[in-house]
Amino acid sequence: MHFKTTVAGLLAATMLAGAGAAQAETLRLLTWGSYAPEDLIEKFEKEYPDIEVEVTFSNNEEMIAKLRATGGAGFDLAQPSHDRIYAAQLEYDIYKPLDLSKIDTSVMEAKLLDGVKANTTIEGEVYAVPHQWGTSGLMADKTKAPNLKSWADLCNPEYQGKTSMRLKRTILLGTAFSMGEDPFAAYSDLEKYQGILDKVADKLIECKANIKAYWNSGDDLSAMMLSGEIVGSETWDSTAYKLFDQNENIVFVPPKEGALAWIDTFALPRKGKADDAAYKWINFVLRPENVTAMSSSTGAIAAVKGGQDLLPEDKKAAVNAAFTPEDIDNLKFFANIPPGVEDMEGRTLEKIKAATGG
Amino acid sequence: MQNKDIKRLSLFLLFAPFALWIILLIILPHIGMVILSLKEKVAPRVYEYSFANYLEFLNEPIYWNTLLRTGSMSLLVTALALLIGFPIAYYIAKIAGPRSRGGLFLLCLIPLWVSDLIRAFGWILLLRETGVISNFLQWTGLVGAPVEFLYNDVAVIIGLTYTVILFMIVPLVSTLDGMDNSMIEAGYNLGGNGFTVLRRIIVPYAMPGIVAGCIVTFMLTAGSYLTPILLGGKNSSWFTEQIYNQFITRFNWEGGAAFGMLLLLFTSLVIWLGLKLSGQTLANTVAKS
Repeated sequence: MHFKTTVAGLLAATMLAGAGAAQAETLRLLTWGSYAPEDLIEKFEKEYPDIEVEVTFSNNEEMIAKLRATGGAGFDLAQPSHDRIYAAQLEYDIYKPLDLSKIDTSVMEAKLLDGVKANTTIEGEVYAVPHQWGTSGLMADKTKAPNLKSWADLCNPEYQGKTSMRLKRTILLGTAFSMGEDPFAAYSDLEKYQGILDKVADKLIECKANIKAYWNSGDDLSAMMLSGEIVGSETWDSTAYKLFDQNENIVFVPPKEGALAWIDTFALPRKGKADDAAYKWINFVLRPENVTAMSSSTGAIAAVKGGQDLLPEDKKAAVNAAFTPEDIDNLKFFANIPPGVEDMEGRTLEKIKAATGG
Repeated sequence: MQNKDIKRLSLFLLFAPFALWIILLIILPHIGMVILSLKEKVAPRVYEYSFANYLEFLNEPIYWNTLLRTGSMSLLVTALALLIGFPIAYYIAKIAGPRSRGGLFLLCLIPLWVSDLIRAFGWILLLRETGVISNFLQWTGLVGAPVEFLYNDVAVIIGLTYTVILFMIVPLVSTLDGMDNSMIEAGYNLGGNGFTVLRRIIVPYAMPGIVAGCIVTFMLTAGSYLTPILLGGKNSSWFTEQIYNQFITRFNWEGGAAFGMLLLLFTSLVIWLGLKLSGQTLANTVAKS
């Protein structure tokens, strides 16, 4: 008798535990560092007590690699940039189409929404909507490098040994623009694009002598800039805004060729298991009261109507110190990367890194 | 009869975890890598079997130059670790008293409690232009302007030697520990000076430990990623970085897998050559110590 009740009790406990586990859903986010601030997660979990948020920080390349390894399993919501969806989907089939009726797209800035939709529509299905946008450009210490205005100025002997850049595709594109080329237009003709890349490689190899070191992460870039070891660098705008907080002489400089603009998006991994929770998170972070909290963590501008006004005060000041309305008009949005381009660019970057010019 | 069965069963039970570990975590992934490395992308989502990835390595000097560079710098680091580590190991095993021995050994171990990343950042703080050493030199008046010690090959070699030296010291201490002090005394009694005793008695006796330490440090150095990336400069390429680039930047897993296999083959070849040249075998070096 006694034994039986114990067994029954155990069984009941197991069933309860099972039911509990089925109810509590986990939302597994694959996103950029600082795109899931602790206070917003807490607020979200309070509002939806049956959803638990798990965050993995990554970057564009690693997000695609992670999803490719599992065929799109392991995460419920990913946030790659808008130019990293089309080719990745064609080559590796890692995302699933969005159900736009579940997303409150009316709050989004129409221009950005249409741009992202146009970039990520495959066979009539939309694979991503915008979340935050920002730019890549230059950063300079006004007092020490007042004339740093163009991508090419990083190679100006005036700043010998005092500049830095990240050896990734951004600097290839920026340098191409500074040489009067339009790399995005050449995407449709890969042979022509290879020609541009070769010229860019020659220029950047020559430039090596002028560079102090290539930066790897926002942290080592910040350390070099704040200590004054370098006076100018290629940078993400958000990193520059953070430094502006600490030293008002360090400003973001949109290059005269036009700052390169990226839009980070929301996309659903193909084998994600918590789509509803993912849609809830998307709508949650696009609410005006949450946008400010998100932007103060990311340093980027939300892709909602009036996103710039919803920036926290200190970021607003940094943006206003950097951008004139003409600079905004001059933005160059990253064009969709066709299959094969990353391989060509990767090869060019290897060539630059291995060259012993400097 | 029954006894034999029990023996066999216990052997099987003892061996199973090890066999599972080797098969599931070492052999299967490597077979997967070999298969992946033999594929060539001909169109999106279409692959064919070929040796294209290996041919690409041979045809592109950047790749094999980087591999040779990684190999030679790893050998240099191994040699430095041996030169610096041997006196330390000798002191711990032979000269230090039994009480201080444990403490000294612990001092060698402590840096290993901190992750690679933190140790690399430690070196960055010391070596950078506005770092501790540069500031100290300016304060003493030896130099007039800030000096940059970071972002070059010397920084990489210092950082790597520091990271791996422990793996040289441990096998050396354990071999030297087993050496009878009377052998050294006998050497001196027979008229040998310090150098002869070292050359003809201590080094030959410690040879298994030396070879074991060299193998471990060389493998660790050639396969390291963080230290060369963080401390290296604009011209310092490391082969593991090439593998990372293939996998992550170029989305070329097939090429990356081929590079991974090539690194494994290359380091194995170097170690085989080293064993041949020193007349040692794996059985009486690594397995023994």
